[in-house]
Amino acid sequence: MILEVDKLQIHYRTRDGVARAVDGASFAVPEGRIVGLVGESGCGKTTAVRAIMGVLAENGRQAGGRVVFKGEPMDEATTRKLRWRDIAYVPQSAMSSLDPVYTVGSQLIEVLTKRGGFSRAAARTRSVELFDLVGLNERRLADYPHQFSGGMRQRAAIAIALALEPSLLLADEPVTALDVIVQRQILDVLRSLQQRLKLSMVLVTHDISVVAYLCDEVVVMYAGQVVESGPVREVLARPRHPYTMGLRNAFPDLLSDALELVPIAGSPPDLREPLSGCRFVPRCPFAQPACSLDAVMTGNGAHRSACHRDSEADTLRTAALDPRTWPRSSSFAMS
Amino acid sequence: MAALVELRDVVKHFPVTRTLGEIARGAHPAVHALDGVTFDVGDGDAVAIVGESGCGKTTLGRLMLKLVEPTGGAITFAGAPMAGLAGERLRDFRRQVQLVFQNPFDALNPRFTIYRAVVEPLINAGIDRAEHADRVASAFRRVHLADFDRYFDRYPHQLSGGQLQRVVMARALVLGPRFLVADEPVSMLDVSVRAGILALLREVRETMGLTAVYISHDLALVRYLCERTLVMYLGRIVEDAPTEEIVRRPRHPYTQALVAAVPVPDPDQSRQPLPIKGNVPDAREPPSGCSFRDRCPHAMARCAAETPALRAVAGGHHVACHLE
Repeated sequence: MILEVDKLQIHYRTRDGVARAVDGASFAVPEGRIVGLVGESGCGKTTAVRAIMGVLAENGRQAGGRVVFKGEPMDEATTRKLRWRDIAYVPQSAMSSLDPVYTVGSQLIEVLTKRGGFSRAAARTRSVELFDLVGLNERRLADYPHQFSGGMRQRAAIAIALALEPSLLLADEPVTALDVIVQRQILDVLRSLQQRLKLSMVLVTHDISVVAYLCDEVVVMYAGQVVESGPVREVLARPRHPYTMGLRNAFPDLLSDALELVPIAGSPPDLREPLSGCRFVPRCPFAQPACSLDAVMTGNGAHRSACHRDSEADTLRTAALDPRTWPRSSSFAMS
Repeated sequence: MAALVELRDVVKHFPVTRTLGEIARGAHPAVHALDGVTFDVGDGDAVAIVGESGCGKTTLGRLMLKLVEPTGGAITFAGAPMAGLAGERLRDFRRQVQLVFQNPFDALNPRFTIYRAVVEPLINAGIDRAEHADRVASAFRRVHLADFDRYFDRYPHQLSGGQLQRVVMARALVLGPRFLVADEPVSMLDVSVRAGILALLREVRETMGLTAVYISHDLALVRYLCERTLVMYLGRIVEDAPTEEIVRRPRHPYTQALVAAVPVPDPDQSRQPLPIKGNVPDAREPPSGCSFRDRCPHAMARCAAETPALRAVAGGHHVACHLE
């Protein structure tokens, strides 16, 4: 395992109290693999990667748990040392994070010389290599960000993240704002990086199609906790947690025969409220009295889920395919 | 069924700032947002317009609502040329057409309560005040915000994305429109709430007998909404067919690439390389002839010389390609 996240707790101070954005999440990234972190907005997936990268917002702090990178537990000092060198991060709005007044090439060279200790000449050679790696023409190094399309800016952001040859790349929604064709081109760039550089990756996304296309493993988060994880093929074909089943039903599929999408009624809980038991209960069609207790991850082998009715997963999965299983009401009161 | 909206050779060019050289040469560069678009939207139909950023789909939606004026060509609504609408007839047109915005977080005035947001169109249309409360309530019922009256005095920031999009829809429906244009109505929403909004769009269209145009970059989504899909590329329609035909048997090389690029939630999907390369060309200088030819794996000499017209190739299936 190149990265292990163990019972991570991230708290944000807010005007209305402490929000437990990540509440005891554990997952691991095997060397050279791509792990997809999926869930709805506010489930803690972005906070988790920001915590790994050591770039939490000012009101956020790690309240518990630990992050182990290449066998070493990380603290503030090691995070600062490894950041950008061995762990790189492509933030959510990376496309707009390029500085408009400098050419893309000079921003890349700055990272290489200031952070990587490259000479200017070596940095220039390395920039050409990096542009080639992400499928950009080296002539475009002299261009300003506004001369780039969205897809090209995303490629440039990835090139900058890879400048110092990290072994782990954290990418937050790298294709979300892009058109499908460009999206596919970027996913193919990420796949070739995994293969050519043996890069390990954590890909944050809300899109299970992107996970299906690119990832080897998937970690499903809900309300700051991991509710299911395992190999992508296993989890998508035989989901064990009702939330994953619901996500799959809600997702459009260009090739499926079903012409109905089934929403998961309601919204995730307010993480500022004290919560106990399985967080998905208010939206779960299969909830029982036992679900008021905390659910722990169980399962033999790589595919694990945190559901009190895990032993009935096969039956629940069949029931979950029927749209009538899922409540349809959408009132204000449910939020 | 008769057409509610008809577009004939619609052209829209946006002038851009000229460089000194262009001024000296007397050139007037323009972004060719739409370059000769012809189609009808049947009364009661739901039509999707699909394409990448910059293909002109949003401009097309705005033209159909008379929010911008075409540079050339003609658009009619219920048989009346839109260009001539003015005064009372324009106000009447505005009551009959509505737009559902892409981003519900921006579409509502943050200083207006939910009630105020939805009553606003009634005030603007000069509807009798006595009717307001009932009409607002019925609009909220239509979008399934059941216990709405407890929330009338809330502000947009107090609602979730899915709730906000329902409020945006209630506002669009409160005047009882005939024609709705929805520009990426769910792209900003979470997956779990998207499905609910799509079902709602389908339901209100059926129960209110609405004619609707959905603009989207996502073929997988429009499949759940529209029986017919138009595919646009660089200001032109390249394919117009029943949505299932577009998805299962795309004929234009661009549509084929678009369909191949859509990710599906199946880990065993084929990972064939995309059949096209490169990016969409600059809309200020679209290629001669077929605007797709520089990315097309099948381009021939004829494609540079002659712009392919949209021609019928099978029942309801139209394609603009010389290969046909």
